[in-house]
Amino acid sequence: MSPKTLYDKIWDAHVAHESDDGTCLLYIDRHLVHEVTSPQAFEGLRMTGRTVRAPDKTIAVPDHNVPTTPGREDPANMTEDSAIQVAALDTNAKEFGIHYYPVSDIRQGIVHIVGPEQGWTLPGMTVVCGDSHTATHGAFGALAHGIGTSEVEHVLATQTLIQKKSKNMKVEITGKLRPGVTAKDITLSVIGATGTAGGTGYVIEYCGEAIRDLSMEGRMTVCNMAIEGGARAGLIAPDEKTFEYVMGRPHAPKGAQWEAALAWWKTLYSDDDAHWDKVITLKGEDIAPVVTWGTSPEDVLPITDVVPAPESFKGGKVEAAKRSIDYMGLTPGQKLSDIQIDTVFIGSCTNGRIEDLRAAAEILKGKKVKEGMRAMVVPGSGLVRAQAEEEGLADIFKEAGFEWRLAGCSMCLAMNPDQLAENERCASTSNRNFEGRQGYKGRTHLVSPAMAAAAAITGHLTDVREMM
Amino acid sequence: MDKFEKLTGIAAPMPLVNIDTDMIIPKVFLKTIKRSGLGVNLFDEMRYDRQGNEIPDFILNQPAYRESEILVAGDNFGCGSSREHAPWALKDFGIKAVISTSFADIFYNNCFKNGILPIVLPQEAVDVLMKDAEKGANARMIVDLEAQTVTTSDGEVFEFEVDSFKKHCLLQGLDDIGLTMEKAASIDSFEAKASAERPWV
Ligand code: SF4
Repeated sequence: MSPKTLYDKIWDAHVAHESDDGTCLLYIDRHLVHEVTSPQAFEGLRMTGRTVRAPDKTIAVPDHNVPTTPGREDPANMTEDSAIQVAALDTNAKEFGIHYYPVSDIRQGIVHIVGPEQGWTLPGMTVVCGDSHTATHGAFGALAHGIGTSEVEHVLATQTLIQKKSKNMKVEITGKLRPGVTAKDITLSVIGATGTAGGTGYVIEYCGEAIRDLSMEGRMTVCNMAIEGGARAGLIAPDEKTFEYVMGRPHAPKGAQWEAALAWWKTLYSDDDAHWDKVITLKGEDIAPVVTWGTSPEDVLPITDVVPAPESFKGGKVEAAKRSIDYMGLTPGQKLSDIQIDTVFIGSCTNGRIEDLRAAAEILKGKKVKEGMRAMVVPGSGLVRAQAEEEGLADIFKEAGFEWRLAGCSMCLAMNPDQLAENERCASTSNRNFEGRQGYKGRTHLVSPAMAAAAAITGHLTDVREMM
Repeated sequence: MDKFEKLTGIAAPMPLVNIDTDMIIPKVFLKTIKRSGLGVNLFDEMRYDRQGNEIPDFILNQPAYRESEILVAGDNFGCGSSREHAPWALKDFGIKAVISTSFADIFYNNCFKNGILPIVLPQEAVDVLMKDAEKGANARMIVDLEAQTVTTSDGEVFEFEVDSFKKHCLLQGLDDIGLTMEKAASIDSFEAKASAERPWV
């Protein structure tokens, strides 16, 4: 047998049909659904008299447009469009008999946090969701990517997706990370090195010692942002850490099935002499705590650096950088650590898990949020929130002056009322710093949870290593 | 998806060029959870004043054209954003075919996904059809997809081109889902095999 990459192996195990032109029907093992991109898809089923082919493999949870303030079980406390979208998901989940975690359920949360937490996401699976950050699930060695509304309907009806195969890309992070450097810094640094289109047409496999050393949560942070590098999906080969994380989760296999699953999962790695269409290597030691200065995730630099001069770029990027710096209200040459911050947001499917909250709380312990600043923590799920309360993290946040919110996407996409005001500047643990992403004319600097906590204390972007 | 076979209907003339998707369905209607029901807001800003009253001059508000099933439009119809809400709104209103000298690419494809036939014809042909459409409700135009022809109320016939695969899908009422369902046997056997090999999924 010819050597295969991990991606090749998962792909081959899921082709249900292949046409002469290479177009395949890829079988989908898990379909995650949320309230914003699914209503038209369900309605399409209704209009054509179709059903959900595999309701048991379909999991729904409202997250994008829900309030993160108390009392949200009552639709009266939601904005009208949010209440309508949530009610539609309630109805659709019931009518089509799919798994569902309503806002009143402690297991509710961001779809990409709920999936792994409940053991829906397992190694070697194909996972899709009408949200581009579905790549998160790649941390388990699952082939996971975002889809559009028409495709959501296609998967609901047929449990397959019409796909052509992508190319293989290897991103290797060698060696050890230095203190204060996190998974977020790895993933941002990779995008900084490859650009936002560097992964276009590829599925990335992250590997190397620094990736192996990461916890499952860190690996999820890395894969989450594969899409920001333009890739269709990001993958990490499963190992003992993966199996340990999965074992005992509510929907993970048990007993003999567990043994059978484990035997297959252990074959899921890229063969030594597998072919790679593109290879990128970064040294773990070279990665620093980073921040974004512009309006694209590739606009990333070590915190010790300065705002770049647009002329230092090439081609179309010169104009883009000018526009970014202007939008962000910065001056070339300005030290990144001098940038004053108004708001801190800790949360999202990139950094809303328990380890993220621990890392931020570690820095915040016994300290206060700088006066006049707004700071909020939005745990990724109700269970993360409960655990943080049990571990005393919630108290640290509250005592420091953070708002302690309910689970949801919140200010990651600012579809609910959690938004930046015009020109408000935010240190955010989310994944997109696009113009207007966190609110009209809002300014976003992407950082790790520890860096966000540091900025909350000092009121400006801060090198977390000075506080350790 | 509905099958598109032969259509005899009223055609509304919209000679404006560059009718974009924002005109077809403005942004504010994208918060909906439906793809049906958008018909009342089709061409919303051209069709209603700020108070929500119909603007009598607008073509689809005129008694002769309220039941239109065909649009004859100016060049570059459907440009702008990729929103599938545009064909959804046209379809919901009852428009089944749009005739123009050219269409924006994404809109053109979205039409086929939603059972609408976009027809590209040369300027001279569109000019004749535009005149015919101006005759009002008594002038029924005939669109025959099988024969690939449009016939005016006077019996003048114009032939048009359409991709044979797209034609097949539209005639049979096949959307992507319909097509995939033709391969249901492959999916069934894959599913049986996969659940034997990986029963934990
Ligand atoms: S947290 Fe942000 S990126 Fe993640 S699913 Fe929600 S909106 Fe998408």
